[in-house]
Amino acid sequence: MALSPRTWILLALLLLLAAVPPAAAYFGQPFYLDLLRRVMIFAIAAISLNLILGYGGMVSFGHAAYLGIGAYAVGVLAHYGIHNGWLQWGLAIGASALVALAIGAISVRTSGIYFIMITLAFTQMLYYLGISIEEYGGDDGMRLNVRSQFSGLIDLNDPTEFYYLVLAILALFLYLSRRLVESRFGLVLQAARSNEVRSRAIGLSPYPYRLAAFVISGALCGLAGALLVNHTAYLTPEFMNWTRSGELMFMVILGGIATTSGPLLGAAALLLLEDVLQGWSVLPKWVHEHWQLYLGVILVLVVLFAKRGLAGFLPGKNE
Amino acid sequence: MNNLLLETRQLHKAFGALIATDQVDFDVRDGETHAVIGPNGAGKTTFLKQLSGELRPDTGSIRFAGEDITGLPSHRRSRKGLARSFQITSIYRDFTALDNVALAVQAHAGHGFHFWRPAREDISLRRPARQVLEKVGLEKRANILAANLSHGEQRQLEIAMVLATRPRLMLLDEPVAGMATDESQRMIEFLATLKGEKTIVLVEHDMDAVFSLADRISVLVYGRIIATGTPAEIRANPEVRAAYLGEDA
Repeated sequence: MALSPRTWILLALLLLLAAVPPAAAYFGQPFYLDLLRRVMIFAIAAISLNLILGYGGMVSFGHAAYLGIGAYAVGVLAHYGIHNGWLQWGLAIGASALVALAIGAISVRTSGIYFIMITLAFTQMLYYLGISIEEYGGDDGMRLNVRSQFSGLIDLNDPTEFYYLVLAILALFLYLSRRLVESRFGLVLQAARSNEVRSRAIGLSPYPYRLAAFVISGALCGLAGALLVNHTAYLTPEFMNWTRSGELMFMVILGGIATTSGPLLGAAALLLLEDVLQGWSVLPKWVHEHWQLYLGVILVLVVLFAKRGLAGFLPGKNE
Repeated sequence: MNNLLLETRQLHKAFGALIATDQVDFDVRDGETHAVIGPNGAGKTTFLKQLSGELRPDTGSIRFAGEDITGLPSHRRSRKGLARSFQITSIYRDFTALDNVALAVQAHAGHGFHFWRPAREDISLRRPARQVLEKVGLEKRANILAANLSHGEQRQLEIAMVLATRPRLMLLDEPVAGMATDESQRMIEFLATLKGEKTIVLVEHDMDAVFSLADRISVLVYGRIIATGTPAEIRANPEVRAAYLGEDA
């Protein structure tokens, strides 16, 4: 099967990411390992959101919920002394899927602004729940003293090993999402976004497909949450804050809605820009002090001039 | 005349004070092309939407192939073999023509919960879809985005999607609306090739289309069917002439 130009670019990007650990070690800049691991974890979350927001046309403003559930699944089990990663991550995915099923069963019946508000409301509920549970640190959160353990298979305390694990999951998710959107299921999902009335007329009721996509998306994002809490080694309800949902949405839209590479490009652009504006010493002090402002200006410009997102600059057809 | 494919009894639908469908009894025989005509605002599309399941009647019943389908939503009716085309073209604009038809094929090839195999490489969907495109004369445009097809081609695609669901009864809502004369002539000729093979309910303003295609015609005025008969009978009906044909011609 011939690969499209965009697939080649994506493969090149992944190779580049694979080259980061040795390069960072060579230049003595371990910080970049940390930064790019964070980028990749958010890219994984954004890929999951893109499934429903991009391909499904469901603008979920509550995707941080699953990031939080995944993180809490790991953190809470660790709190009670269970450090088995298979169990923790399994719970992260399972619990996220269950919550997505409950939220989705209600919200997927709505559309447009109602869908946005319902997903936001459910996530805020979970956020306040997180704040209210003193046992797990309330709004301060709690440290993750021991990272998930995988019976000696892989050591997450080793930054390089953890980095490559995240990279492997990212590559897997990119592949999975590509397969999914090109499958019969994916086409039904996109068709319902494109023209719901027509779908019904040819015999397709969008609801079960949308709900399934919503659950898959939540489950995948739950895994991103498990990765995130291991990355920060700290658990906080802030993972579920609505601003976090907004960031995820922004990554998807900035990168290019309903494209394979978009979530990765968007996550990288947003987080790297943030880092550059905040930290780069070559930039004048007034930039550091008001970095959010300059970030905002850049983002507005990108959205204005790249209506199809960053992926729109790539050669080849929109895929 | 016991082989009725579709029958409505006392079908009634009101929007506030406006009675859009007024106690309509309507029969479609298996294999016939039955046209529904009437002046603007007579309630033709509202009537059609009740047949297709997009609107629920207030009272009355609809039977299809001997089964009461009054309460079925449109996607379930489509599965039973009742398919409609839209007056205002309704296609997947961001899919190719072939994708559009293949989706209609897929919708009737079992459930769509297949997550892995690329649907666009699935010969069991693509081949029948191509055959339908050939049938309506769009095979050369198979890989063009539906949004980039001409208006006439989009109307053909609309019909192709209906055909791809292998319906027993086609509900066609103004299939030649907005077409140039030669395009509409070709569409009429094409629909004529379906006669006998498919049962068709044709809602149409174009009298050329109606009188050349219909086996029977029902005339809908202010939500009521004032007459049903062969084209010759309808032409000769004084009530129809007064209410409708007289206004137009």
